[in-house]
Amino acid sequence: MKRILIMGATSAIAEATAREFAQRGDAMFLVGRNSARLNAIADDLRLRGAPTVETFVLDAREIAAYPRMLDDASRRLGGLDTALIAHGTLSDQAACQVSVEAMLEEFLINGLSTMALCTELANRFEPQGRGMIAVISSVAGDRGRQSNYVYGSAKAAVTAFTSGLRQRLYPKGVQVLTIKPGFVDTPMTAAFSKGPLWATPADVAKHIVRAMTKARPVLYTPWFWWPIMAIIKSIPELVFRRLKL
Amino acid sequence: MTQPGTSWGRWPRHAHRLLPLANRFDALPNLAPMLPYGNGRSYGDVCQNDGGTLLLTRGLDRFIAFDPATGVLDCEAGVLLSEIIDLVLPRGWFPTITPGTRFVTVGGAIANDVHGKNHHRAASFGNHVIEFELLRSDGQVLHCSPTENRDWFVATIGGLGLTGLIRRVRLQCKRVPGPWIRGDSQRFGNLDEFYAITRESDGDYEYTVAWIDCTASGAKLGRGIFTRGNHAPARAVASGGRALRMPLTPPLSLVNRPSLSAFNTLYFNRAAARADGALWHYRPFFYPLDGILEWNRLYGPRGFYQYQCAVPEAGAIDALNEMLRRIGRSGLGSFLVVLKTFGRIPSLGMMSFPRPGATLALDFPNRGEKTLALLEALDEITRSVGGAVYPAKDARMSAASFQHYFPAWQAFGRYVDPQFSSSFWRRVTEV
Repeated sequence: MKRILIMGATSAIAEATAREFAQRGDAMFLVGRNSARLNAIADDLRLRGAPTVETFVLDAREIAAYPRMLDDASRRLGGLDTALIAHGTLSDQAACQVSVEAMLEEFLINGLSTMALCTELANRFEPQGRGMIAVISSVAGDRGRQSNYVYGSAKAAVTAFTSGLRQRLYPKGVQVLTIKPGFVDTPMTAAFSKGPLWATPADVAKHIVRAMTKARPVLYTPWFWWPIMAIIKSIPELVFRRLKL
Repeated sequence: MTQPGTSWGRWPRHAHRLLPLANRFDALPNLAPMLPYGNGRSYGDVCQNDGGTLLLTRGLDRFIAFDPATGVLDCEAGVLLSEIIDLVLPRGWFPTITPGTRFVTVGGAIANDVHGKNHHRAASFGNHVIEFELLRSDGQVLHCSPTENRDWFVATIGGLGLTGLIRRVRLQCKRVPGPWIRGDSQRFGNLDEFYAITRESDGDYEYTVAWIDCTASGAKLGRGIFTRGNHAPARAVASGGRALRMPLTPPLSLVNRPSLSAFNTLYFNRAAARADGALWHYRPFFYPLDGILEWNRLYGPRGFYQYQCAVPEAGAIDALNEMLRRIGRSGLGSFLVVLKTFGRIPSLGMMSFPRPGATLALDFPNRGEKTLALLEALDEITRSVGGAVYPAKDARMSAASFQHYFPAWQAFGRYVDPQFSSSFWRRVTEV
């Protein structure tokens, strides 16, 4: 049985992954902003097989509250060995272009808060010599594009941060997984029209659990985003700057 | 992944604004006309809302509570029966009513007041709903049960999703010894024999259903296979098997006169048509078609029409024989023609379809006018004997037929949410 912290537990990918954990019989500590939604998910996960599900109401921007939240998680689950960091917003690129305040806010939610939580978790898992930190970044972080470069650069920071953290913690027996989903059909992307590249949260959840079990470093989900992003990354800037991506 | 917003018959097809619902706490949007859309298993246009909004309810898929001592399940309305079975069967329970596919949402099962092979014993889905929460577009939440807001309860059961959004449901499951069904199959030569076996079986068997060879004519008219069974304890011998998937939509319907005739003759004469002491896993017994995912693609890009009527017992044999003769002559028709007797326990909904008598269901490839003319001819027979056609499967009945089959439609109209509507509802009322 794993004891798992889930940050952003009401997100569609987090909830789908939590159902996989529940089926395995893991204990979970769910963190999110909305208490009613957290409790509804907790009830559901218990029925699906989770022996213990605790909830904690927190806005990811309240970074100062992280140590207290993590202490509470450890106390209520009797320890902590796994974390899934899944919170985030799909930034309004247009708003972020005209407002520095909006841009900083998006960077705080999608980048800095994740790095802050990773730091707290790393410093708790390192001395215990084991643990797994799974972080949802994005294929959008592989290259900045005009359509969403604020979100993309926040995720790029997360990708680079987790890469370095993985090197630091690997010899200490702590795993770090960087998850890069492509298009996922969630409430966050409800406004988009869906094509064949879109995946369901349930599929993505299965891929995440498999990658965690195998202690893989980086997961593109579904897999075909790896070659797609390899091509996009290889385009020279002289050409890339003319594209409308 | 099936594109949400289409109906199971893949006809008619309309353009919608799709709005996924993610949790049961949010208010309804202001996007009239709205219609809840579950898992898209109704065949015609009761799940279509041309030019309007579909509220996609599959995101409301959380279990809330289950009491293994009483079999009472509390869940959100977008949960599928298949998910309920996965939860409750290992604890010794099963949905009291299940239709021929387990991929329907609980909300859809209530809205269409679906029935199953045990109708003669247990009536329809609404009879086993303890209560539900109905969210109206004005923000009101109505708690509905047989004792609280009973008028809303009976309007919403069979109410085709028009009375508001069903958010949360409490259901009574039934005790079962495990996943196995024990029973038998036998051939019958005509409808008189079908009724003789039915009379003999209804007392002893919880589940009865018959398959009819719709290509047989003359002395063979009305021949078929009768299957009956009961939940039974058994040692695990094999699982339900893996589902296949229809990988693509063929450019033409694969259902045509030669394929129909060959299939029906082979199916009737196959060895397994007669089986004593058969033991089925619940999946092939209840859901033979769920074994081929997206089987509806078989009918090609133009989709198909399903026709399901109920006829009262008096005159049922003559009416059904006449329908089978017309279908046989037309050369249209289907692989899976189902005949089943409905029992006398009344369904609760004002607009519920089941009624004492017999029900015949079959599908027809969409060949345009030719198909529509045959279905209208079948409707004439149904009307003449005082029967009804099942809205959940309909895409073409006339407004006059509907209003004849469901005389309560005007009284029901008072419960329709002013912001809700469907292509079906407009088609059968706005004339």
